[in-house]
Order: sequence, then structure tokens, then C-alpha cells
Amino acid sequence: MPRMTMIEAIRSAMDVAMGRDEAVVVFGEDVGYFGGVFRCTAGLQQKYGRARCFDTPISELGIVGVAVGMAAYGLKPCIEIQFADYVYPAYDQIVSEAARLRYRSAGQFTCPIVIRMPTGGGIFGGQTHSQSPEALFTHVSGLKVVVPSNPRDAKGLLIAAIEDPDPVIFLEPKRLYNGPFDGHHDRPVTPWSKHEAGEVADGHYTVPLGKAAVRREGSAVTVLAYGTMVHVALAAAEDSGIDAEIVDLRTLVPLDLDAITASVKKTGRCVVLHEATLTSGFGAELAALVQEHCFWHLEAPVQRVTGWDTPYPHAQEWDYFPGPRRVGEALAAAMEA
Amino acid sequence: MDEAPRLSLHVPEPEVRPGDTPDFSRVVIPRAGTVERPPVDVDPKEIRDLAYSIIRVLDRDGEAVGPWAGTLTDEEVAAGLRHMMTLRAFDARMVTAQRQGKTSFYMQHMGEEAVSCAFRMALEDGDMNFPTYRQAGLLIAGGYPMVEMMNQIFSNEADPLKGRQLPVMYSAKEHGFFSISGNLGTQFVQAVGWAMASAIRNDHRIAAGWIGDGSTAESDFHAALVFASTYRAPVVLNIVNNQWAISTFQGIARGGSGTFAARGLGFGIPALRVDGNDYLAVHAVAKWAVERARKNLGPTLIEHVTYRVGAHSTSDDPSAYRPKTESDAWPLGDPVIRLKNHLIRRGVWSEERHRQAEAEIMDTVIAAQKEAEAHGTLHSGGKPSVRDMFEGVYAEMPPHLRRQRQKAGV
Repeated sequence: MPRMTMIEAIRSAMDVAMGRDEAVVVFGEDVGYFGGVFRCTAGLQQKYGRARCFDTPISELGIVGVAVGMAAYGLKPCIEIQFADYVYPAYDQIVSEAARLRYRSAGQFTCPIVIRMPTGGGIFGGQTHSQSPEALFTHVSGLKVVVPSNPRDAKGLLIAAIEDPDPVIFLEPKRLYNGPFDGHHDRPVTPWSKHEAGEVADGHYTVPLGKAAVRREGSAVTVLAYGTMVHVALAAAEDSGIDAEIVDLRTLVPLDLDAITASVKKTGRCVVLHEATLTSGFGAELAALVQEHCFWHLEAPVQRVTGWDTPYPHAQEWDYFPGPRRVGEALAAAMEA
Repeated sequence: MDEAPRLSLHVPEPEVRPGDTPDFSRVVIPRAGTVERPPVDVDPKEIRDLAYSIIRVLDRDGEAVGPWAGTLTDEEVAAGLRHMMTLRAFDARMVTAQRQGKTSFYMQHMGEEAVSCAFRMALEDGDMNFPTYRQAGLLIAGGYPMVEMMNQIFSNEADPLKGRQLPVMYSAKEHGFFSISGNLGTQFVQAVGWAMASAIRNDHRIAAGWIGDGSTAESDFHAALVFASTYRAPVVLNIVNNQWAISTFQGIARGGSGTFAARGLGFGIPALRVDGNDYLAVHAVAKWAVERARKNLGPTLIEHVTYRVGAHSTSDDPSAYRPKTESDAWPLGDPVIRLKNHLIRRGVWSEERHRQAEAEIMDTVIAAQKEAEAHGTLHSGGKPSVRDMFEGVYAEMPPHLRRQRQKAGV
């Protein structure tokens, strides 16, 4: 089986989708001729022509706004926002339009678009290239929110997202593009070519939206994570020697509540992780669901390990990023209680 | 030593406020028939003056004059008059229905009927409008059943939108009428996207975007013009300048640009101003712009110069911010009366027939209202199902909504 980075896997997903369905179009800033600043769309314009993969003006509002119109026409736009940090000018188009169109028109018009955007920190990107805005989208009825943690999932989830009849926010942890970064920033990262999840089938396959995956089975404590934090959790379990069960949520909306409750009921303890800021983060939703559905199985309070409630800093990146040391401390705290 | 003067902020104000005498002397109205009609493949640079003039066909005597005249037959003009009269009667009934508590909200078109009614007749079936809440003439002129509109307004059991949307935020895909959001400006850029999609698929259909004078200040307007210009999208972009954005006069959004149409010039988009109270002029300009789009010549920006005679909505009272008699002073007159006079002059209409038509139309509207009310109104009779509230958020209901619906007990 071929080995792919997450970039190659994402490109392959769009290639497969464009090859199978002429309604799939791809566009965004620097996406056409150049192939995207992270190279995710490289070669697609050459292969499918300028009318199906093209550069856009620097207007996130415009990119999403025209995508909504195209979807109403019957196309399936898969668009790129260069960094998740740039999505805010398009927020009204996403929240008030894309997410609401099916409902408010009673199904006359729908909005099958995918909005891809690199998310998360770890690249010294400062506050405008490091944010994790997933909670701003999980809060919006009508959207689906996906965060892959490896190339194989990224391809299958992206094809599923493109084929989905509703708008999907597809957040790509940019620190995972080239390898399974585990938060040990002072150590070299293994490339995906040496990782089993770097084995990605060439053709069409999907990973269903709404299904979590257990990345490490364990009996002591459940860790709920997604994106980069899945690998940080694996490192923390390894480093601390605590037998954690690590659940990779993969999709935040719809959420695989069954997988979450099955694991927490088994371990009786739960740690919730994300890179995004703490207050009103998606971890708050996870913690609330765990106490609602697993209260009588819990032996300790649910712990949250997240970014601090500050803007994402530049020089202090590794003091901000919730790395394996902080996760390990939370695992220990969950075990002590 | 020279001291620079202190800075001061310029905040535009309309020339008149309640109690003042209305004054439209600043609105320069060219004589009907005097503005040229360029070929549709004209270089936009050649017609920059059209963004500062007003294209008019009907003169003071009701005669259709000049190069933009002659786009419609007697029968078509008579049908256009009926459409406008129907919209006006519909509005009158629905404003009253709102006052009677049969619905929460309504928005009427008084004075602006020609804009949407005439524009619709320049489109083909299959084309798509991205309207605002004041273009119901697109539906009336397109033959959409009034009873369906009323079912939506009353949010009753037959509401095609299942009670989910604010009254008048219709959606009628088969009639080329995109779902109205209610958020302002958002749909202008979507119209461009729809048109781009049609071009991507080498289709023949075109799109029309709609926005008000006030909403041109939204970033969506700018984005729409950038994308329309860059990709030469087959779209007609309509600004309805009815002088008022709720209580805010159009000078607040327009700033120093002279006209709203002039905003198109910097994008290289042909920009025309038209007398929005002149059915024949709106139709002729719409036809010109639609032909350009259909021939793959790209977008056109049209500013319809009109006047919002009524309140912004049933929640608004314009006497608080403009002179009560301002609409009488509006120099472009009443679109219904102007077209009626033209038809009489054509020899195919009379005051007597007009009165008859008014009565017939009102009977038709009342009959539709009775039929709609049989399905319920907002607070009485048949209602959309509460269970439906949870449907249609997604194509397939996800588990969390199933749990919530269960909890709601519906």
C-alpha cells in the first residue's frame, strides 16, 4: 500500500472525489496554479482544468459566499481557507447561510460544501496561524465538524465530507501534515512514511462521519482527544506509564457518544484534551456529556487539559501548547482522586 | 505660529426631517428618452456616465419614448400592470392581517412594485434570483400561487417552509426564487456563486442578485463585485435604492460616491441607473443586462432609483424620522399610476377598466387569503408540527437531535 503524508492523503481525497463527480470543484487563495501554501491542491488544476480548481481573490467571505451559491446550483465545492485563523470574515456566510439553508428552505436548497482549513499550533505561527476555532463551529446547528489525526483517516473522512449532503468544517491539524507530532517539540518527528497510519489506499474509500476510534486500549482512564492531541495523549500515556484508553473522536459533530460512554464506563475516569482555549471550548461539552451519561461510573472529576485562555503566543508557544507533561499531570490527577 | 484647526467628524444628515418641507431638488431627473441605449457588448469604459444618469422611458404624458422604449407588447404591459396591482392588493391585505394578529410581521412594497414585477419578465424560467425581502413581485409576476405565500406568512399547517422562517422570507426554487435569509447582503455574493456554477457547467441559465441601498455597505457587496468582475459571472446585480434603510437615509451608506451604481465602475462592471418607478424602463434595462449575462459578456450592476412609500416593516413608523408628506413629493411618481396612464394612452385601457381590474384583483387576493386562513394563522387553527422543528437541520437526523426531540416529547 502506498505511503502518504497527510498533505498527500488530503490531495488524494480531492483527486478521487473530482475524478468521480464533475460537480466537485476546488478553490481558495493560492489553491489553483500553485497548489496551495501547504500544497494540498498541487496538480489538481493541471489535471481537472481551471474551471474546476482555481485561485480566488483574498476574500474568505467571498470564497464561502460563492460556494453557498454554487451548492444551491448543484455543485459540491470543496474550498480551502488558508488558515483557520482567517475564517472569521466568512463566519456570517457559514453560520447564517451554509448551516441554515436546508432548514430554512425546507430542503428546497441544500449546501453540500466542505470548508477545509489548517488548524492548531506547533509551527511558531503566532496568534494568526495557530488557532483552533472548532468550538465556534460545533456550536452552530446545521454544521458538521471533522478533525482527522492521521493520513488514512484524513483521506477517508475528507471523501466522506465531500460526499456528505450537508456543510462540513474540515479542520486539518497543520502540525500533523508531515508526521505524528506528539508534543515533544525538542525531539525529531517520525515521518508518516514510518507510521502505520501513513499507509493510505490510492482509490476511493470513506471513513464515516460520527465514528470515533480507540487509538490505545487501556483500563485506567479514558482520554478524549482529536487531531494533534491524540498523539500528545499517546506520548503522555507512554511517558507516565498510566494505562490510558485513548479515544480519537475524529468527528465532533456528529459526536460518537456511544464510544465515549463505553470507554468511560469501563475506566471510571476521564481526561478531555484540546489545543483550543479552555472556556466554552469543546472540552466543556465533552465534560458535560460524560457527567450526564456516566456520572455513576465516575470515580474522579473530569479533567480538562487545553490551551490557556490567552491569545496564542509566539515565543511562549511551548508554554502555551498542552504538551505531554501537562497531559501526564492530568492523567495522574485523575488517578489520584 | 499657525495652528491647524481641530478635527471634526462629518456625519451626513438628510436635508429634511419630520416637520420640514420635503425637498428632492438634489435628485437630478433627466427627461425620459434622453439616455442612450448602448449595444450589450459595449466596453464598460464607454458608458461610465450611465452610472450617474437615470434611464427613463415613460414621460410625463404617459408616452413611452427614447431608445429604451418598445420592449413589450400591449398584452405584456397590461399583464405587468396587473402584477403590480396584485402585489399592492396583496400587501394591503397582509398589512391588515398583521394588524389583526394573524401573523407577527410583514413587509410591503408600496412604491417599489415596478422593480421586481418588471425585472421578472426579463428572465427565463430556470434563472435564479437571490432576492431581499422586498421583491415579492418576482413571485407574483412569475405565477407563484398567492395562497402559498400567505401560508408562509401565516406559518400555518400548509406553510411550505414548515413554520421555520420569519414571514415573507419565502423560498421557491421551482420559481427561480432563492430562500431569503433575512441577514442583509449575504445573498448578493451567493448570486455570483450560482452564476459562476452555471458558467462552470457551461449552462445557459443566469442569476440575479438583489440588495438594498443601505446593505451595499456590507462587505458581501464588495466581495460580490470582486468575484463577479474577476470571473465575469453571468449575473445581474441589482441595487434597490429606495432612499431609506429603516430610519437611515441613503447618504449614510453612499458616502461621497455620488451614486450607488458608481460603485461598479471601479470593478469595470457596466453600471446603469434606472427609474425604478417606470415599469418599462426597469424591464428594458433588465433585458439589456440579462442579454449581456446570457451572451457570456459578464455582470451588470443596476441601481433602481425608487422610494419606499410605506414603513420598512410592520414594526416601523417612518413618521418618526422623515416628513409624512415626503412620498407625495417623490419626483418619480407612482409606478402603478404611471403604467396605467401609459396603457390608457396606448388605447388599450381606461379608468373604468382599471377600477374593474382593481376590484377583480382584490377579490382574487381575498379568495386566496380565505383559502390560506382555512389552514390556520399564526395563533389559531392549523399549525406546523412541532416534531418538524427537529427535521431538516441535516439530511439525516444525527443522534444528538434524536435525543433532544425525545426529551422535548414530540
